[in-house]
Amino acid sequence: MKILVCISHVPDTTSKINFTHDDSQFDSNGVQFVINPNDEFGLTRAIWFQEQQAATVTVVNVGGPDTEPTLRKALAIGANDAIRVNANPTDSFFVAKQLAEVIKNGGYDLVIAGKESLDYNGGMVPGMVAAILGYNFINSCTELTIEATNAKAIREIDGGREKVSTSLPLIIGGQKGLVEEKDLRIPNMRGIMTARAKTLTVVEPVEASVHTKAVKFEKPAPKSAVKLVAADNIDELINLLHNEAKVI
Amino acid sequence: MSIVIYAESAEGKFKKIAFELASYAKKVAESLGTTVTAVSINTQDVSELSKYGVDKVLKVTNDKLVGFSAKAYADVIQQAARKENASVVVLSSTTDSIYLAPLVAVALEAGFASNVVGLPESYLPFQVRRTAFSNKAFNSTEISSDIKIIGLAKNSYGIFENTSNMATEDFNPTVSENDFGIKVESVEKGSGKVSIADADIVVSGGRGLKGPENWGMIEELAEVLGAATACSKPVSDLDWRPHSEHVGQTGKPVASNLYIAVGISGAIQHIAGINSSKVKVVINSDPEAPFFKVADYGIVGDAFEVVPHLIEKLKAFKAQN
Repeated sequence: MKILVCISHVPDTTSKINFTHDDSQFDSNGVQFVINPNDEFGLTRAIWFQEQQAATVTVVNVGGPDTEPTLRKALAIGANDAIRVNANPTDSFFVAKQLAEVIKNGGYDLVIAGKESLDYNGGMVPGMVAAILGYNFINSCTELTIEATNAKAIREIDGGREKVSTSLPLIIGGQKGLVEEKDLRIPNMRGIMTARAKTLTVVEPVEASVHTKAVKFEKPAPKSAVKLVAADNIDELINLLHNEAKVI
Repeated sequence: MSIVIYAESAEGKFKKIAFELASYAKKVAESLGTTVTAVSINTQDVSELSKYGVDKVLKVTNDKLVGFSAKAYADVIQQAARKENASVVVLSSTTDSIYLAPLVAVALEAGFASNVVGLPESYLPFQVRRTAFSNKAFNSTEISSDIKIIGLAKNSYGIFENTSNMATEDFNPTVSENDFGIKVESVEKGSGKVSIADADIVVSGGRGLKGPENWGMIEELAEVLGAATACSKPVSDLDWRPHSEHVGQTGKPVASNLYIAVGISGAIQHIAGINSSKVKVVINSDPEAPFFKVADYGIVGDAFEVVPHLIEKLKAFKAQN
């Protein structure tokens, strides 16, 4: 089985977010970048398939040379090889088109992407790739098993979960649950050393339409100070929630 | 030209979000001088939509579409959008809508903006405000395609009555076998009485509760308020509560009207997950807990004393109101 894991290069979840150039661009100064957490769960699941079911795992990212350390980290975790599509990932459809091209050329059976990246939170790319290629698609996937060309999965729904089955080729939008958090792989020294020798192919982008553009960023307005209520004055809290905030 | 919304339903009845979408679309339609068409799939009584400004309902009744199928539903919505010559399609931010949205976007060759939190900032160019960086920022996005798709964030616009003279039309879109590549084997509903996604009020507990055996008071507080229960990441990592209750940047986002955090200190990832909630109440024994910086109301006190007291007082309040 050939697996492709789509990796987004995103600010660490503890990052404070700032903007530059008249608030038109994200300021990456002093920001630590990581593998998008939703993708990390998918990557670890892919490595499990590699170890248990002799799958090969390729990782891919659409981005500039600055994202290569993130791809190298994925290689150090155990991916066999990596592809970087040399383009600025401006728009979901553009990114999906690039990934679809890589998938078509590579003949992958299973494509694992995170259900959303923690920077622009679009949540569009895996579904768009599936729609472009006509592949089966499961979003918000929290469990996945594969036997021959059959897949069984669990996906989250509002207020519960759903067991589904389908066949390969398949693309999933994955998330926490694909593996337990404690089972996430951290690169060890041997992994880091071998990652250096693994292939990281750079490909040029194909032409694709761009439908959306992020034009301006803004941070939420500073909040007014919290209104503290004495622990023995619950009536006051209820009064504030009822009469001032009007939420009860 | 028209504005098309997908009016989601569950078990034959519209979800509340359908009315928020209708209210929002009506306002957009007024600005553009056009009408609102709603797509309803297997909803028995569609008349309720007329209260919120919908001009026409395309009523789909099809046994094949009784259970949710992203591809089939996306196919229905894109056919409706084409038939109505839609300039804007408005979807919600439920798990189902987020699943089908990219499929609709590709079919219509349309730009999509998810997590939209307000009316378009401008129409020429078409620009909407959305959240980004897990609610740590807002981002104005320009959509340049002919058809624009908006994913409206829950509780971001509100529900406004605006009675219209609504027409109902039976609509029979084509669905093919190809649409059903994903087969649903079974559906399990969560144990909570109210789901986090649907809840107007969420009561959430953190490590300050000391153990899963103390969750009874969180559940009781939620029950009094008709709220969903949730928890912080360490709590789900410790298996005190199921992963499905984990709220935060890597868990579920919450956009409720009221969010009550009990014994949660307020890590940056947790705050990101609840930032879209309107009113935040924090109960914590540590006055230095970072959560107090983003809260609207706070009580510095021992949860084991404050919460039972709050439950008792709320019961009395509910009895009177």
